Amino acid sequence: MGAVVNPRLLRALLPAFSLAVLLAAIFWLQPRTMTYFGLNLLLNLAIPIVLATIAQMFIICVNDLDLSIGSYVSLTACIAATWLNDEPVVGVAALALCVLVYAGLGALIHIRQLPSIVVTLGMSFVWLGVAILVLPTPGGEAPEWLRGLMTWKPEFVPFPIIASVVIAVVVHVGLMWSPYGAVLRGVGGNARAVERAGWSLLKAKVIMYALAGIAGAFAGMALVGLTTSADANIALRYTLLSIAGVILGGGEFVGGRVSPVGAVIGAMTLTLAASFLSFLQLNPDWQIGAQGAILIIVLALRVLINRAEGRR
Amino acid sequence: MTKTALVAGTALAALVMFAAPSMAQEDTSDKRIALSNNYAGNSWRQAMLTSWARVTEPAVADGVVAAADAFTTAENQVTEQAAQIQNLILQGYDAIVLNAASPEGLNGAVKEACDAGVIVVSFDGIVTEPCAWRIAVDFYQMGYDEVVYLAEKLPEGGNLLEIRGLAGVFVDDEISRGIHDAVADYPQFTIVGSVHGDWAQDVAQQAVAGILPSLPDIVAVVTQGGDGYGAAQAFAATDREMPIIIMGNRHDELTWWAEQKAANGYETMSVSIAPGVSTLAFWVAQQILAGQDVPKDLVVPFLRIDQDNLEESLANTEPGGVANVEYTLEDAQAVIAAGRQ
Repeated sequence: MGAVVNPRLLRALLPAFSLAVLLAAIFWLQPRTMTYFGLNLLLNLAIPIVLATIAQMFIICVNDLDLSIGSYVSLTACIAATWLNDEPVVGVAALALCVLVYAGLGALIHIRQLPSIVVTLGMSFVWLGVAILVLPTPGGEAPEWLRGLMTWKPEFVPFPIIASVVIAVVVHVGLMWSPYGAVLRGVGGNARAVERAGWSLLKAKVIMYALAGIAGAFAGMALVGLTTSADANIALRYTLLSIAGVILGGGEFVGGRVSPVGAVIGAMTLTLAASFLSFLQLNPDWQIGAQGAILIIVLALRVLINRAEGRR
Repeated sequence: MTKTALVAGTALAALVMFAAPSMAQEDTSDKRIALSNNYAGNSWRQAMLTSWARVTEPAVADGVVAAADAFTTAENQVTEQAAQIQNLILQGYDAIVLNAASPEGLNGAVKEACDAGVIVVSFDGIVTEPCAWRIAVDFYQMGYDEVVYLAEKLPEGGNLLEIRGLAGVFVDDEISRGIHDAVADYPQFTIVGSVHGDWAQDVAQQAVAGILPSLPDIVAVVTQGGDGYGAAQAFAATDREMPIIIMGNRHDELTWWAEQKAANGYETMSVSIAPGVSTLAFWVAQQILAGQDVPKDLVVPFLRIDQDNLEESLANTEPGGVANVEYTLEDAQAVIAAGRQ
């Protein structure tokens, strides 16, 4: 006698369901958003958040937490708006160096068995400091090709939707379907078992941190492509948004239980929640609280589903 | 009877005179204007929002515009304000009046607005995107004017103490540059000391108290606002004669000045930017919507308080607040006319 609906399926569908409800509410409040132009404006700032959330997801997947992703995205945005524009070779080298440092952090955290929260919290100030050195006053200019990509208006489907789908599919295939992806997730699930099976935990952590660094660098570039110029503080909120996005998208803090598609949807839900509240013309003093309330409602629904799952 | 007719006639003539320049204006009664504000956490910003409401509510009631809603982002963050601007475009506003979190970081969103045919008027925190209008503060001139005033008051010159703002902030550099350039033009003055008061009375008081023992006689203190009262306290604690301290329109500064004026005829002046500049931006946006030719770069007039209008200004300033003025359509037209030259 199974339940009528499989709780596992329900759990996987919850993020998509929340997104659909929110989108419907926005369409109802503000019919202008239902157009190509409207969707583009509504969702384009979600692309960097989606990428930052994917970066956070890689870290959460190995049971760590990254408190530096916001300032890291700010730094890569500053690099993209300065060196990548003036001297593309230097810019690419600098971004590659950032990714290497991220990979190194993964190694450091694993070898010295340090709490990732402490290391990344410390690094957040390092990233911010370097960002201020790269770009002391707000400014810089987005490379032409980056601006072109981010403002690209393909026919029929707005670019933010295409970008989100591509990101979700690529990461999903790599992490959920590929054999090595299963090993990487296993590090978060049962590290000892993975190690006994002969896989290097160090290598897995380094790869996950490097992937996070790459996704974070893309987030910074996407952000600059949208804003046209950078600011050392431009993406500081992304740290908490990305964590919320992963959890909202069905991920768990421990156990290697993450979902790339869910993370993308979670990030978009968070972006839309802010728009929804602004369309409601809610007093700004209440908006942060209301945003929190939306999060709590979704997570409460998940707890209910988890209970149902546990009962089976 | 004839007198009433005369009064009515004069009123009518005045009405025609006022109405004349607006004859060519298009109707804006169906236009909607939004205020996008990045921060509301200090008394200046609170006064700015209050002024906005006080001026736009009658304007909406009179049918000048259809709506003038204020939006403040919950967190003072660039990405959040960029999203807010994009939402305002989607909500179909015809103009966005903007106090920006970053001069550069919002350019992408501002460009989106311009491309969608939305008028963007930035003020105070201005944006560099060329398609937007800017109502900027000439901080350089503010610093320069302080020394010009002192040159009138103290023709023989003397030693000056400079209190600066927060190090590394553009506003501080500009005001200080104005002061130093003016001192170069009025060589009877010498700046003998310079401290950072961070635009806060307590910081300024400590900084001034710390440097005073090492300084010769001071005839005047040039300031940046928010630091005059602290400087006065530091001087009062010594046996030095009270110099002319330029004030910055804060309530505590004006109160102290009024007390001194009553007690011993103390003279100075006070200058700052009125938070009501948001209402100037509102009228400028309305004028652009009305089809007027408005230059992209406009300059905010300072709010200056002198010896004779001190009591009146103080009475209109809330305790803990800053002296304010709300602008009218005519003020905006004057600023626009000045910008055209």
